[in-house]
Amino acid sequence: MKKRYAAAINEALHEEMERDERVILFGEDVEASMFGDTAGLLDRFGSRRVRNTPISEQTLAGMAVGAAAAGYRPVLHLMFGNFVYTAMDAIGNQMARIRLMTGGQMTLPLTVIAVYGGGRSSAAQHSDAPHPVLMNLGGINVAMPANSADGKGLLKAAIRDDNPCFFLEAGGRGAEMGEVPDGEHIVPFGAASVLREGKDATLVAIGTMVKHARVAADNLAAAGIEVDLIDPRTMVPLDYATILASVKKTGRLVVVDEARDSCSAASQICAVVAGQAFSALKAGPARVTVPDVSLPYAPVAEKSLIPNPERIEARVRALIG
Amino acid sequence: MTKTNLPGPAPDQQRAMLRTMKLIRAMESRLSQDSLQGLLPGTVHLYIGQEAVAAGVCAHLKDDDKITSTHRGHGHFLAKGGSPAAMMAEIHGKDTGVCRGMGGSMHVADVSKGILGANGIVAGGMAIATGAALAAQLDGKGGVAVAFFGDGAANEGVFMENLNIAAVWNLPLIFMCENNGYGEFTPAHTVTAGRLIDRARAFGMPCHEVDGNDADAVWATAAIAIERARAGEGPSYIEAATYRIHGHFEAEAMMLKKPYRAAEEIEAWRGRDPIAAYVARLTEAGVVTPEDVADLDEEFAEVVEKAVADAQAAPLPSNDLAASLMFTNRTVEVMA
Repeated sequence: MKKRYAAAINEALHEEMERDERVILFGEDVEASMFGDTAGLLDRFGSRRVRNTPISEQTLAGMAVGAAAAGYRPVLHLMFGNFVYTAMDAIGNQMARIRLMTGGQMTLPLTVIAVYGGGRSSAAQHSDAPHPVLMNLGGINVAMPANSADGKGLLKAAIRDDNPCFFLEAGGRGAEMGEVPDGEHIVPFGAASVLREGKDATLVAIGTMVKHARVAADNLAAAGIEVDLIDPRTMVPLDYATILASVKKTGRLVVVDEARDSCSAASQICAVVAGQAFSALKAGPARVTVPDVSLPYAPVAEKSLIPNPERIEARVRALIG
Repeated sequence: MTKTNLPGPAPDQQRAMLRTMKLIRAMESRLSQDSLQGLLPGTVHLYIGQEAVAAGVCAHLKDDDKITSTHRGHGHFLAKGGSPAAMMAEIHGKDTGVCRGMGGSMHVADVSKGILGANGIVAGGMAIATGAALAAQLDGKGGVAVAFFGDGAANEGVFMENLNIAAVWNLPLIFMCENNGYGEFTPAHTVTAGRLIDRARAFGMPCHEVDGNDADAVWATAAIAIERARAGEGPSYIEAATYRIHGHFEAEAMMLKKPYRAAEEIEAWRGRDPIAAYVARLTEAGVVTPEDVADLDEEFAEVVEKAVADAQAAPLPSNDLAASLMFTNRTVEVMA
């Protein structure tokens, strides 16, 4: 059945809170729910398990750690991806570290939801894609669903996972419709989705960029260039095997990522492919990313920095020569 | 400052607190020696002089109650029931350590005892305690959480955030501030405006000041706050005035060009040693005899000796242990 992206995520929250009373939800404006993802949950599950919070990101992230350590499965809605930075002590020094520091005693089954990405003139403090920062921490799973089905399935997997999981929602995509399988639908972490197959190049697109990569792949196909289009779906764990197998077949790699270029997920994937599939490569692995620039407010200026189908298509063509 | 009019601990409770304080002191005195001789892999931040706080508060706590601690966390760990042998092995970086040698002195934790960890980040444990207090509130079984922290943490912004949310949600949480006068090497009064307790008062929760070198006074004050939290009446703040007799960390003298505390100040506080004062009080009251005290010292000397010997003989953690501990369900792969 077709469902909007935000509705599919909302459905996952309803189902998991229904299934397990240890799942609790708190965060800024989870009642008002400007993104629609947490709508109706307070009415359905009550104010014990669903709580609006003060705007105290660092404490909220630390509380998720404490509540998880004490036996609950907290879901924290952090609102915007940039607020990862605001909450960073609790994320980088506590959430990502405590399991190792306690010799594996502490299990932290918690989920943090945050909406990321630019393109909406939200300016530079509400437009970042913070997944590279999270990938670099270690100890935190990172899901980046690109469509309704993965939105539902990955969130259910995150909530059931015994490790800290960030669930990064594609900003501005809440109303997009997508087919969601009926009944129980769970998407395992670490399993990339191959969206189309081709022999000429491997196109890896992350989160928000999958939509643009699909358009680019369609345009390329019309010109006789066939690509493998791969959506990794989770950045931690990352399904390197699927990407490496594809590159060994095609000999060319383009990675599209809304992160800034330096130490992006794209640069990590390119580095691993260069190291492990070097002899298969017919050209240097290529990245289509945001330059190391803050996303500006003015619409045209912002748009010029975010990867789009034209840039992706041009990069693939340049590789093929 | 001492609330002498509060109901105090019974003799058996006093003896238990003396045991706790003596154990902490015995363990840390050895850690001090071993640290200065370079026998430990990392540094240690000792609690010597503050033992009455951990003993007086943790005397009221059960295994299900949660605490978070600070970089100066050995005392809280031991007072809450953590194993001395497992702590010693941890500080020696051994696989038999309570955290398998992965955390060390600043991160001793025993989740089975409700010890959610000492913490290397000033104020880093506070929100974890608040989250544990939320869990206790949802459990509805009268559990509580205690956030131990110092005057340094009270200057971190999250202190305000946690006071606020604990008060708004009426959480069963005790903010246990140990004001030992120094944040690292800086006198607290030189970097702190106003009084710390007034910050907590602003959130409308009960606030108590207590002599942190008086175990009975701490016990009596903690009793009020913890009973209140167990009854669902919400958080409290306690500020214990105490003093860190040792440095910020052992061996600091080797790194600092000049002392930052007057010798007279340290000596004055040694004269107010919480354990010596407690022994004198309990002996005078006939709660313990000098022989009992000597027996305790002998018992803990043996505990420490055995803990150190066992730690020295214990195996090191394997080099691939860390990669296996990051996640519950997989080992981190090397991709480079």
